[in-house]
Amino acid sequence: MSAGAVQIAPPAKRRRALPGTLVGAVIVLGASLAMAFFPSLFAPYDPTAFDYNAIMHGPSWAHPFGTDNFGRDMLSRVIHAYRIDMQIAVFATTGPFIFGTIVGALVGYVGGWVEAVFGRVVDAVITFPFLVLVIAIVSVLGPGLRNMYIAVGVVDWVFYARLVSAEVKIQRRLDYADAARGMGYGHMRIIFRHLLPNAITPAVVYLMTDMALAILLGSSLGYLGLGAQPPAAEWGVLIADGKNFMTTAWWVSVFPGIAIVITGLGFSLAGDALADLLRVNR
Amino acid sequence: MRDMPLISVEGVSKRFRLPRTASDILTGRPPAAVHALNNVDLEVHRGETLGIVGESGCGKSTLARCLVRLLEPDEGLVRFDGKDIGLLPQAERRAFNRRVQMIFQDPYSSLNPRMSVRQVLSEALSVHAMRPKADIPARITELLGLVRLPADAANRYPHEFSGGQRQRIGIARALAVEPEVLVADELVSALDVSVQAQVINLLLDLQERLKLTVVFVAHDLRLVRHISHRVAVMYLGKVVETGPTEALFATPRHPYSKALLDAAPELDPARQTRVAAARGELPNPLDLPTGCLFNTRCPFAFERCFAERPNLSNRGPAHFAACHLTDFGKPTPATIAAQ
Repeated sequence: MSAGAVQIAPPAKRRRALPGTLVGAVIVLGASLAMAFFPSLFAPYDPTAFDYNAIMHGPSWAHPFGTDNFGRDMLSRVIHAYRIDMQIAVFATTGPFIFGTIVGALVGYVGGWVEAVFGRVVDAVITFPFLVLVIAIVSVLGPGLRNMYIAVGVVDWVFYARLVSAEVKIQRRLDYADAARGMGYGHMRIIFRHLLPNAITPAVVYLMTDMALAILLGSSLGYLGLGAQPPAAEWGVLIADGKNFMTTAWWVSVFPGIAIVITGLGFSLAGDALADLLRVNR
Repeated sequence: MRDMPLISVEGVSKRFRLPRTASDILTGRPPAAVHALNNVDLEVHRGETLGIVGESGCGKSTLARCLVRLLEPDEGLVRFDGKDIGLLPQAERRAFNRRVQMIFQDPYSSLNPRMSVRQVLSEALSVHAMRPKADIPARITELLGLVRLPADAANRYPHEFSGGQRQRIGIARALAVEPEVLVADELVSALDVSVQAQVINLLLDLQERLKLTVVFVAHDLRLVRHISHRVAVMYLGKVVETGPTEALFATPRHPYSKALLDAAPELDPARQTRVAAARGELPNPLDLPTGCLFNTRCPFAFERCFAERPNLSNRGPAHFAACHLTDFGKPTPATIAAQ
């Protein structure tokens, strides 16, 4: 070969077509966040104001989502509920995500008996019905959102830890991990700088799914009276409010239900988009 | 220099235990183990290129990993500069990691896909404090030049390079910490033949310029012959012959070495001969033969070979073989008669 520098083909274009999922996710979640931060900009009425002249009115131009049994505007209540429900999505999952990721990375790297013990913990948590466990914890600690976060956190980190540990275990066997060890790098550097960036994608994708699940769980607990407390507007509470009038005033329960579905869809799209964007180029 | 080897491998054995099976538990047997290295003795001298050859599964890569301490030997020890590398205190351990670098076989898994070339190199430079922070960018450019990559390669990620370029990034990473020894495990076997020569010539050139000691693990005999000063032949986790390259290739003194050399295809038709290659398959490394490890395939095996495992003994200047037939391959009329 010649001694000169070797020509390298022009860099492969890293830009990919913007995934449709990303566009969808940005639209849905952007709108959700906007309503969570500035509900008053979007809500036409005060969500707690009673209007005895408009009790249980169906959807109309004045009240697109109808009114409830106190004459409160359902559109305004659904919009104001974004704040609590988006808060649930973020607060209930962030702690478990961070804690589970760190634990999973350590477990996957150390392996051996630590991994065996961790595996049994995972089994125990997974075989226990999640909702029942959370309800049990909340009943002991008392209803309310903060206790719900605690209850979710006790269980939820396990799923992140399991995803990350499995992935770290794969990564640590690759030559680049040996190369880092051969360089004499410290364990923490190897785990968090070399292995984790290659192992975290499934956990990030699951985080999006988990946010949707957290909203569902928050709504379920709200419905059961264990989560957000009335008169706070929260979708589960709203659905519960409407359950007695389902046959005569369907709109009271159905519109909060639709809000849950759309937000959940937004998180799912975000999960798909992230999976795409974080894909490793080999 | 000759008296004091830079690296010496002394009686190193390495087993990989298999998971315990149900029948192991019932019979109370210890779980089966793959005997990857069996009492390996080897020396690497400063400034030389030592080629390690053998069939796949003979323990070459395991030995390479023991040399850089990515694996701990079960028995025996590896000395570097006279000191057992398993007993080094923290600070010397770090220095050892810097002084002995490994280059990996697979150009695709040996680079972190999430780190740019610049990140890879600057990490090595800063963790080992090779240069003050301000000089790191210049040193990165210099390193890339050393492996004949353009300076703007620093900003790219591994997937933007070809296999040969990736191996050169691996070499640059190793050189960043200014090592004395490079252990190259099948450096080019994953590359196209046309690219192999580039990478090999680069390695030879760097060795000369930087006065490196190179341990070159490969299964390609012609390649090893081309670049090595000395060759070690491994069979079933043991070094069966070691000697100066020309002596070993001209007059192999172990029946296995001879079989291995004869099995290599010869390009020149005039020199082509049909010689019986080693018979049969490699024995199961879970269950090693007693006596000489090669006795199941050796055409010359006699009683002693089944009873006693031979150790390396002298056959000529710096030439050793582990065979009970001390006359094997000796360039005299006797060998011709023996065959």
